[in-house]
Amino acid sequence: MTIGSPVAGQLDETRQYSTFRVADMFMGIELTQVQELLRYQEMTSVPLAPKAIEGLINLRGQIVTALDVRRILGLPPIESEDKLPMNIVIQSEGGPVSLLVDEICDVLDVPLEAPTPLPENMPALHRELIEGVYQLDSGLLLILDTHRVLDTSAN
Amino acid sequence: MEFSEEVREFLIESNENLGVLDCEIVELEKSPADEQLIASVFRTIHTIKGTCGFFGFEILGSITHVAENILGQVREKQRPLTPELVSLILQTVDVVKLVLGNIEDRGEEGEDVYQDLRRRLDDAFHFRSGAGSPAPTVSAEELALPERADFETQGADLGPPPAEGVSGSSAHDFEEEQVGPAQTFEAKEGKEPASTVGANSASGAAGSTIRVDVMLLDKLMNLVGELVLARNQILQGSTSQNGAASSGAAQRLNLITSELQEGVMRTRMQPIGVVWNKLPRVVRDLASEVGKQIEIQMEGAETELDKTIIEAIKDPLTHIVRNSCDHGIEKPDARLNKGKKAAGTILLRAYHEGGHVNIEISDDGAGIDPERVKRKAIEKGLIRAEQASGLSEWEALRLIFLPGFSTAEKVTSISGRGVGMDVVKTNIEKIGGAVDIFNRPNAGSTVKIKIPLTLAIIPGLIVNLNTARMQGGVRVKREDRFVIPQANLLELVRLEGAEDRKQIESIQGTEAYRRRGKLLPLTYLSRVLGLPPVEPENDVLNIVVLQAEDTAFGLVVDGVSDTQEIVVKALGKQLKALDCYVGATIMGDGKIALILDVPGLGRLANILSQSLERSRAEAKTTEPANDQRQTLLLFSAGRFSRLVVPLSMVARLEEFASAKVQYAAGLPVLHYRDAILPLVSVGAMLDRGSLDTAMERESLPVIVFSEGNRHVGLVVDEIQDIVEEVVSVKRASSSFGLLGSGVVGGKITDFIDLGALLKAAIGDHPDSFSSRASVTTSLLIADPSKITRGVLRAYLEMGGHRVFEASTLEDALEVLARNRVATVIAAATLKDGIGADLLDAIRGREKLASIPVLGFLEEDGNPQSASPKGNRFDGAVSRDDREGLLRTIESLAGEGARHSNELATAGSAR
Repeated sequence: MTIGSPVAGQLDETRQYSTFRVADMFMGIELTQVQELLRYQEMTSVPLAPKAIEGLINLRGQIVTALDVRRILGLPPIESEDKLPMNIVIQSEGGPVSLLVDEICDVLDVPLEAPTPLPENMPALHRELIEGVYQLDSGLLLILDTHRVLDTSAN
Repeated sequence: MEFSEEVREFLIESNENLGVLDCEIVELEKSPADEQLIASVFRTIHTIKGTCGFFGFEILGSITHVAENILGQVREKQRPLTPELVSLILQTVDVVKLVLGNIEDRGEEGEDVYQDLRRRLDDAFHFRSGAGSPAPTVSAEELALPERADFETQGADLGPPPAEGVSGSSAHDFEEEQVGPAQTFEAKEGKEPASTVGANSASGAAGSTIRVDVMLLDKLMNLVGELVLARNQILQGSTSQNGAASSGAAQRLNLITSELQEGVMRTRMQPIGVVWNKLPRVVRDLASEVGKQIEIQMEGAETELDKTIIEAIKDPLTHIVRNSCDHGIEKPDARLNKGKKAAGTILLRAYHEGGHVNIEISDDGAGIDPERVKRKAIEKGLIRAEQASGLSEWEALRLIFLPGFSTAEKVTSISGRGVGMDVVKTNIEKIGGAVDIFNRPNAGSTVKIKIPLTLAIIPGLIVNLNTARMQGGVRVKREDRFVIPQANLLELVRLEGAEDRKQIESIQGTEAYRRRGKLLPLTYLSRVLGLPPVEPENDVLNIVVLQAEDTAFGLVVDGVSDTQEIVVKALGKQLKALDCYVGATIMGDGKIALILDVPGLGRLANILSQSLERSRAEAKTTEPANDQRQTLLLFSAGRFSRLVVPLSMVARLEEFASAKVQYAAGLPVLHYRDAILPLVSVGAMLDRGSLDTAMERESLPVIVFSEGNRHVGLVVDEIQDIVEEVVSVKRASSSFGLLGSGVVGGKITDFIDLGALLKAAIGDHPDSFSSRASVTTSLLIADPSKITRGVLRAYLEMGGHRVFEASTLEDALEVLARNRVATVIAAATLKDGIGADLLDAIRGREKLASIPVLGFLEEDGNPQSASPKGNRFDGAVSRDDREGLLRTIESLAGEGARHSNELATAGSAR
């Protein structure tokens, strides 16, 4: 995964994003929020839990709730059978929470400028959960609003 | 030895507190009006003073006592906090540190050379001129003196000065105080050698224990968990391959890991006895100080609690016990007069209950007089007299938890001045617990502390459930494990073969097991949790007999493993709303198992609410008729195939072509009768997170609700029928948008909570309901039927009113006590009485008397007659006549506003 790096000399004016793929979307979370990245972890499902919750994982003795980003965004489940989701563990007020994504990509330096607002024709759900878009050389980087994601997932 | 340990703890604690105190006082100087800060400084000084009393440190005691008095004045707003006062208090803190240093070094306070500070403190306290003015020479002198003091001779010098210091300048104020220190001083004389020895050995003992950051222990515990995981993997590997050598090593690793795990766990757990053990001495000293005979008894001292919880309840417990000694238990002669034993008893009990640890502190003293509590609260300006008259006994008792409350007629050095109970409450609530107080007049009082068991280790039974999950398109069988807290477990029953199965009775699809002649309701764990059923592998039925809220029921599981000590871990924020789990735990193999909340499970399975209803029915011969004949609109939406809403609320049923739907602010709307009709998909609202496909069909069946020219349309899948039924909600629902479920047309049907749905819809469509009704008011609906309340709430909230609900007389009065309610609507019958009783209760309370009370027209169509006491309802409204109801309320609200204006004028004229 190589993405056009920003112009040299402006490195101090960039922000780092941990990027990942969910379905055909290329998304990012600010690196400072990310605690760690993990490959697929075995999960304990929680009957009657809100739909967004896929299960619980044991992160070195700590119980971490895993949220399915596909389901939160209203996307269909992964089609391929042997494709297992990966974990992006982020820090939240209530302790660490894991976001299940299709694929974890690079950490990118993105120039520190305001992201472009979302195109009007995106589904309302996406517009609510995505803070903004960066136009990179290789495509669009959608920035996930983790606070919104965590808030909506409890319903 | 015990003494030395206590002194050491006192020193550590005081030094920690003082560190904070310096910062706080300085902070306070910057913002002298910060009440919380004042209260905090006050408490710290109070704690030091209180503890000094026990150890007989008179110098510290006398100085901190006056400082506390001054801070008390500041707290009561009797004086401003001047910079001079702040310096004075800081000087006091310095002296306290110095004396603490002396105690730490030599086991005694050192020479009392602080007369001048004490005099200035006293002067400041009595607002004498020059008070608090800085005396720069003093601090230097005072602080320097002890350094060269000859402490060999101090034992003899210790006596008189403190008593002088306290009583000499302010004999009037400290009469009772004089008795205290003098007595403790004698006690101290005898213990002087012990104290010195203790302190010496303290320095030695300091080497054998260290203070460890609890965070570090947490980390260690998690690491040990990981080690256990790794060990398990190695154990599995070593049995399959390799020879005896590596299997021997694996065995040793196994043993060591287990012991390490246990050891680390034990570092965090402590029996509550650790705290309790300090109390007998506290009680003894107090008893002798106030001339009472008090015994202390303990039950359940071995109950283990997490270290952090132990720390947090230490001070609250001490406060409560002190209160019991000081206020609760009477003097021996008073007790004998009442026919009690001369010696009072304080009983401490600790036990696990329903996922909590309960700690009870009971005394057999005089109990608490609610009237006295009220009077005191009024005197202290905590409540107004008219408020007090409306308080129930329980509410009155709870006044003692207010900051600044103290029932002690005299301020003594023991129970202080009301810092106690409010600190108790704050500290307990900080760790997620609750405090309650129970009273038996003349037989004593009980303070009950309920602490969540989040952190505690509990024994639990591991049960299994065979489930199947779709994974990558394939149905995969797996075994899920759940933990049932042992506290809820009664017995295990295993039924094998057809013969045994005959003991299961089926009544209208509900199964029950005949257990020793009684029918035990049965529920299947898989069904309660909504898991797809899996064919049992054999003809065995495992029933776990559980107890919750005085009801026993059987839970059918697929397998029962063993009992284990498990560490309860809290679930994340996203799962807090689920009431079927208390938490989760990590099993030996590193996998997570959910811990079931037995009462929650019982409610989910319909067992607990039903049995509650039954017991209520048994308790009352005449159960009020909650059921009414209603015309209902039956429809389906999303996952819900049978939903109903009262037809009386529906404005129109429409069918729109989905092509007409437009989007405003991303939300679907329709142009409808010259207004904008916001559309809400019921299926998606009830089942949040599900894919909303309702809008994708060609035509949309819509139920329209109107209020004036405002409309909301609920998009459903299919409008099925209109039925007339006598309905009762069999089970209240906790899920969003549903009132509960009941039987309609012979089938279980969900009643939608229109109020909640419309509120949510209005929230999504902020503009649609911007034009509020001209008169808005707050109302209380007192009706036993949840449906009636829910429906009316929806009416009234659409009309812009604020609505409170109550099902019982008691609830209604509580709502009225806590909220401003303009109008009350009461049903003829309530769960615990009749509407007329509520009317009488309202008229009987001075501050409520002017609230208009409406009666519901009952089924016979007649208005409710006057109450037994002759009070009359202000009007009658029908449950079905929505317009009439709104008109009546709005006209009453207009009158009410006038009325209260008149009252206000009358009040000011007086």
